[in-house]
Amino acid sequence: MSPISAVLRRELRSYFVTPVAYVFLVIFLVLAGILTFYAGDFYARGQADLQPFFVMHPWLYLILVPAITMRMWAEEAKGGTLELLLTLPVTLWQALLGKFLAAWLFIGLALGLTFPIWFTVNYLGSPDNGVILAGYLGSWLMAGTFVAIGSCLSALTRSQVIAFILTALVCVLLILVGQPQVLEFFQGTLPRKLINAVAHLSMLRHFGSIARGVLDVRDMLYFLLSIVGWLVAGVLLLDLKRTR
Amino acid sequence: MIETDQLTRCYGHLTAVDALSIRAEPGQVLGLLGPNGAGKSTAMRMIAGFLAPTSGTARVCGHDVRREPLKAKRALGYLPEGAPSYGELTVREFLQFIVRMRRLKPDVGYRRVDEVVHLLQLDDVLEQCIDTLSKGLRRRVGLAQAILHDPPVLMLDEPTDGLDPNQKHAVRRLIDTMARERTILISTHLLEEVHALCNRVVIIAHGTLMADATPAELEAQSRYHGAVSFSAPGSGVSQEMLGRLPQVAAIEVDPLDGRITVFPKPGMRILEPVQTLLHEQGLEVSEIQLERGRLDEVFRQITTGTADIA
Repeated sequence: MSPISAVLRRELRSYFVTPVAYVFLVIFLVLAGILTFYAGDFYARGQADLQPFFVMHPWLYLILVPAITMRMWAEEAKGGTLELLLTLPVTLWQALLGKFLAAWLFIGLALGLTFPIWFTVNYLGSPDNGVILAGYLGSWLMAGTFVAIGSCLSALTRSQVIAFILTALVCVLLILVGQPQVLEFFQGTLPRKLINAVAHLSMLRHFGSIARGVLDVRDMLYFLLSIVGWLVAGVLLLDLKRTR
Repeated sequence: MIETDQLTRCYGHLTAVDALSIRAEPGQVLGLLGPNGAGKSTAMRMIAGFLAPTSGTARVCGHDVRREPLKAKRALGYLPEGAPSYGELTVREFLQFIVRMRRLKPDVGYRRVDEVVHLLQLDDVLEQCIDTLSKGLRRRVGLAQAILHDPPVLMLDEPTDGLDPNQKHAVRRLIDTMARERTILISTHLLEEVHALCNRVVIIAHGTLMADATPAELEAQSRYHGAVSFSAPGSGVSQEMLGRLPQVAAIEVDPLDGRITVFPKPGMRILEPVQTLLHEQGLEVSEIQLERGRLDEVFRQITTGTADIA
């Protein structure tokens, strides 16, 4: 068995032997429900789709994903197990990928457990299930980006609190950067091309079309490249910590 | 085999390890000795591949830790300082995690887990969470992890730190039995450990190599090497007599218990002349001892540059 899956299994095991996993799953499902039915006006819209459910996901991940990723490296650095892990025959890549995949799969599980909402909407009407599937896929890809950001920034510090705050901050910036208010703020000071480029970095923009059921290759590429980019940064950061 | 070649590590302006070149061969238990903060752990972390050297390099079984880190790590069993482990796992889960990380074949892995668990007497706590174990048991779990893949090179950072005397004895016996065909590097600041375990000693202070010798050679550097000490009531007379012996360099009397220590001139043996003299004078000696030399004194002398006075 490869060290990636060994790390992955140990991470998942650590989630489930402590209350972390269960607390997370319960809060995730409760919040997803509340946001959809109350904040999202699920019934009042009178439409059989899951858009109010997916629209809330960036905000849900903003709070919950950093809570999962903050311990990833910070805890190991503080507890001394980082030394154990990195003196086993494993590359930084394998260690980081194992941890990233564990967290991503775990969020995938939480997402999968929202299936009653899908049942509900199918019971109430006849939604386009292809659109819903695309929404789930897009949401999971976006979650992967959040997890990748968290796994990079957790390597930066021994403090889980700092890791949480940094991750949440970067994520909120990436969510908001494409909003009209933010773009207007920069309108006078930055060149138009740069503003356009910045707007394309926005998560909401890419996730929005997926949530509506438009599975554009460019949007998927945006999330996949973001994941790869943040993971590369994480490995570089871990390597930098070895040398200084 | 472990070799370091001008191994250097700087933290900003501080040089933690300064051009350290040491070598440990199979069958050898090399003790890395030094005061706290001397750079022992930093040196070991570089050999284990956790820290990158600022300059110089280290080789484990001929594999350069910079160019072939995975091969070096495979040949090495390493117990980091404080024996860290994943506290939320049970002992069995933790050891199985190591089996997977080291890519042992499943049958080999299960057999080895059984063997090391038996060897370190962890049978009773196999299904317990590591968090619930005592310090001594956790240290044994750390040792189990280090020897699980039967490595040719073993590196243990303060293996007996925090253990009670019985556990220390058990760990030392284990190291002793493993030493025959392996290369073992242990760091310690316990001088008794050097006597009990090591057949060579490297002393470092402020990151630099200060001495590289056998324990006996170090003891021979001691002022006490070859000295004779005894307790005798009514010692006033004998002191004067002893001073007249041609082989004697100095005499000291312990102010607390009146024990007399007689120091020889360099290269002289004084046990017999002292015994003869005491006998001739008809002095009652309750007990007499030939000193091998005091490692703690040599250690202080080497690491601080100052010798004991009395």
